[in-house]
Amino acid sequence: MSNEAAADKGPNAKKSYTGFLGNNLRDYGMMLSLFAIMIFFQIMTDGTLMRPVNLTNLVLQNSYIIIMALGMLLVIVAGHIDLSVGSVAGFIGGLAAVMMVQYNVHFIPATIICLVAGGLIGAAQGYWIAFHKIPSFIVTLAGMLVFKGLTLALLAGQSVGPFPQTFQKLSSGFIPDVFGGETLRLTSMLIAALLAAALVIANLRHRSNQQAHGVEDEPYAFFIGKNVVFAGAILYIGYLMATYRGLPNVLVVMFALILFYTFVTNRTTVGRRVYALGGNEKAARLSGIKTDRLTFFTFVNMGVLAALAGLIFAARLNTATPKAGLGFELDVIAACFIGGASAYGGVGKVMGAVIGAFIMGVMNNGMSILGIGIDYQQVIKGLVLLAAVFIDVYHKNK
Amino acid sequence: MNAILEMRGITKTFPGVKALENVNLTVKAGEIHAIVGENGAGKSTLMKVLSGVYPHGSYSGEIIYEGEERRFADIADSEKIGIIIIHQELALVPLLSIAENLFLGNEQAKHGIIDWNLAFRRTQELLRKVGLKESPNTLVTNIGVGKQQLVEIAKALAKEVKLLILDEPTASLNETDSDALLDLLLEFKAHGISSILISHKLNEISKVADTITVIRDGSTVDTLDCRAEAISEDRVIRAMVGRDMAHRFPKRTPDIGAPILEVRDWVVHHQIHAERRVIKNINLTVHRGEVLGIAGLMGAGRTEFAMSVFGRSYGQRISGKVLMDGREIDVSTIGRAVDNGIAYVTEDRKHYGLVLGEDIKKNVTLANLGGVSSGGVIDDLKELKVANSFRQKLRIRCSSVFQQTVNLSGGNQQKVVLSKWLFAQPKVLILDEPTRGIDVGAKYEIYTIINELAAEGKAVVMISSEMPELLGMCDRILVMNEGVFVAEFSGAEATQEKIMRAIVKAGERAA
Repeated sequence: MSNEAAADKGPNAKKSYTGFLGNNLRDYGMMLSLFAIMIFFQIMTDGTLMRPVNLTNLVLQNSYIIIMALGMLLVIVAGHIDLSVGSVAGFIGGLAAVMMVQYNVHFIPATIICLVAGGLIGAAQGYWIAFHKIPSFIVTLAGMLVFKGLTLALLAGQSVGPFPQTFQKLSSGFIPDVFGGETLRLTSMLIAALLAAALVIANLRHRSNQQAHGVEDEPYAFFIGKNVVFAGAILYIGYLMATYRGLPNVLVVMFALILFYTFVTNRTTVGRRVYALGGNEKAARLSGIKTDRLTFFTFVNMGVLAALAGLIFAARLNTATPKAGLGFELDVIAACFIGGASAYGGVGKVMGAVIGAFIMGVMNNGMSILGIGIDYQQVIKGLVLLAAVFIDVYHKNK
Repeated sequence: MNAILEMRGITKTFPGVKALENVNLTVKAGEIHAIVGENGAGKSTLMKVLSGVYPHGSYSGEIIYEGEERRFADIADSEKIGIIIIHQELALVPLLSIAENLFLGNEQAKHGIIDWNLAFRRTQELLRKVGLKESPNTLVTNIGVGKQQLVEIAKALAKEVKLLILDEPTASLNETDSDALLDLLLEFKAHGISSILISHKLNEISKVADTITVIRDGSTVDTLDCRAEAISEDRVIRAMVGRDMAHRFPKRTPDIGAPILEVRDWVVHHQIHAERRVIKNINLTVHRGEVLGIAGLMGAGRTEFAMSVFGRSYGQRISGKVLMDGREIDVSTIGRAVDNGIAYVTEDRKHYGLVLGEDIKKNVTLANLGGVSSGGVIDDLKELKVANSFRQKLRIRCSSVFQQTVNLSGGNQQKVVLSKWLFAQPKVLILDEPTRGIDVGAKYEIYTIINELAAEGKAVVMISSEMPELLGMCDRILVMNEGVFVAEFSGAEATQEKIMRAIVKAGERAA
């Protein structure tokens, strides 16, 4: 056995660069596409794209899509789909408005009630999918109609607003600057710097840990390059935002959620089980995994995140409208598939979905600045989705 | 007798791999020609070259069929001149009727309108030829695998076959169905149809084959003429594995201890038809260090019994008791059955055993994630260590434990499934057809693992349709028929004849 292992190592060590790239092409390819698209629009818009105010808007505009994409990724990895998220987000936004504006409920209990309501909605849909084996496509299609209708009923066809100031802060607030910096928000800059440092340290520790066990396969130069690029990007974006109004509150919430879901999918038993469930439900069940319950909870989770997204969207518009959330589900699902999730389940990464959402977001934003009409924007976005998935399928069949 | 088919110097490469190298194959008209070789030796690739799945130009060498060189662009080309291949995985549409399946792509139609009367008449003719007594209207999903195989053959007959290629036709058939199928081949032979039979089952081959070609590592290593002399199975195995295999089963000195798992008064009703009893009040005891075999025909209820004990993963209205070390245990869910020391290794590793898209490491730990995590967080390095130790212990051949299981050979996949269950640290392992579809060399390794487990004091219950395997491995053999145990033999006294007789007799009593 030992000589076989040695034989394995020999060629690996030699072709490590190409081998590593080949194995991780998908992950880095995504990242590179995002960079390429950003650079393209940066040039085409004469630098408007990366202006601090636009960058901040970009984050605000896409936060709710990204937050829902986190839940959708789990749903898709589990082998399902949720078409109702847009309607649910709209409904929760309406619920929040009715409570806070019409009944003067304080924003903290109102927010909690809304999140719980989202969870219950997810549970109601997950119940049919998990325990009665009704295809998720149908259940959530029904949910989409139901909650679209309920939003209309709840708001009586009217827009309801404005929200209390404190609640608006969820979307339009920025983290306060303790140093009172006028041109540069030092707190925000500091947070970005700390984050960049934390990332590098975490990567270093991970690598040394891997090295200790002889399983690291990433070429050294690659590792350095990767860290420089990422840390640089964080510092740069942090700097840009600090020169405007600092880091938006939403960004902080979103970032925490991204970290949390990355951790859940990569490192926890629950995450592992979701992948197994989507990869082969029968094998997962025969391995002792309670597949029904797991499916149920992925939908509960999706419901809560849809509710959160609904709150953020409502706070951003500062009003709840019957049309809120319309078509969100399509952007969210597209983000997951552009990000490399498989429609057959079992495959997909949180970072992929986030990048997918940013690709969509940057394109939306860039094309709007360029004055491309909403008509052709949609055409282009559709083609990008198709192309991304085609590249995936092509890569797999090769 | 002249040759119907000659394949000369066939070489086929895939990126990075030479799948076939200078393979020669000559099939005489009207003979049954067996092709044997370990998994991955290149048998299926060769047949795909022959049938046009890999078109002319994607390989080098030539195919001479009925005296002419042929260059097939696709399967339709080869089918047109009477070369029909029946793949291991049946290509039938489950929710269509037998008649519809028989003429799929070859409909009995004029101007696109199907003549159902003609189709039915022809179906009945064809079904009579293959000895299948079913209505043409019956949906394929409602008949057993054995009968489905016959439908496939009838489909080949509908296309006026001259050279029939069967890839592992009996892999999922029981003995009776297999025999019927082999008899059918002999009958075809009498009518002048040549066949190529790919099989792992050497006893079947020696029964029907006129010539045996052995392929190893992509090359033909031997051609044996069975009519000139009797060919022993050992002779064939030697050629297949390229080494002497003195014993097909590793030696073991049984050290049998106290009873460990007892199942009492076990009754199971059918998963869908609740009124049908599948397992009828049976008792079973297995001891520490014992390898207990369960023989029986397909459909006897062996898998259903095993799965119902394993966390009620099959059936409903289950009653009876399960005792581990003399104490009653709860097996009402799979999780509880596993916690109580029972593991079940499925007969269908691809559909029920593995998450094929995931790597070896993740499959190995799937049934016992708790063993590599704390507080719900997986310890990557610990997991890696576990996977590597199993890779070493069970000699899983792979580039690393990060390799996707879909890319492993059958034998190595089976070792991954075994690893998964060994890591769950069971006291009793139920192995359902543990060597199905894997080659001779890997079988020997699986047997060795089974013996090691028994030596560690675990109990192994082995369900198998291959009687030589049960005879060679088990300390005791129970024979199941229609949901009851009809006979019990010690390993020493059991013979193939005795087991068959027990099944047949039980069948007569029931009738």
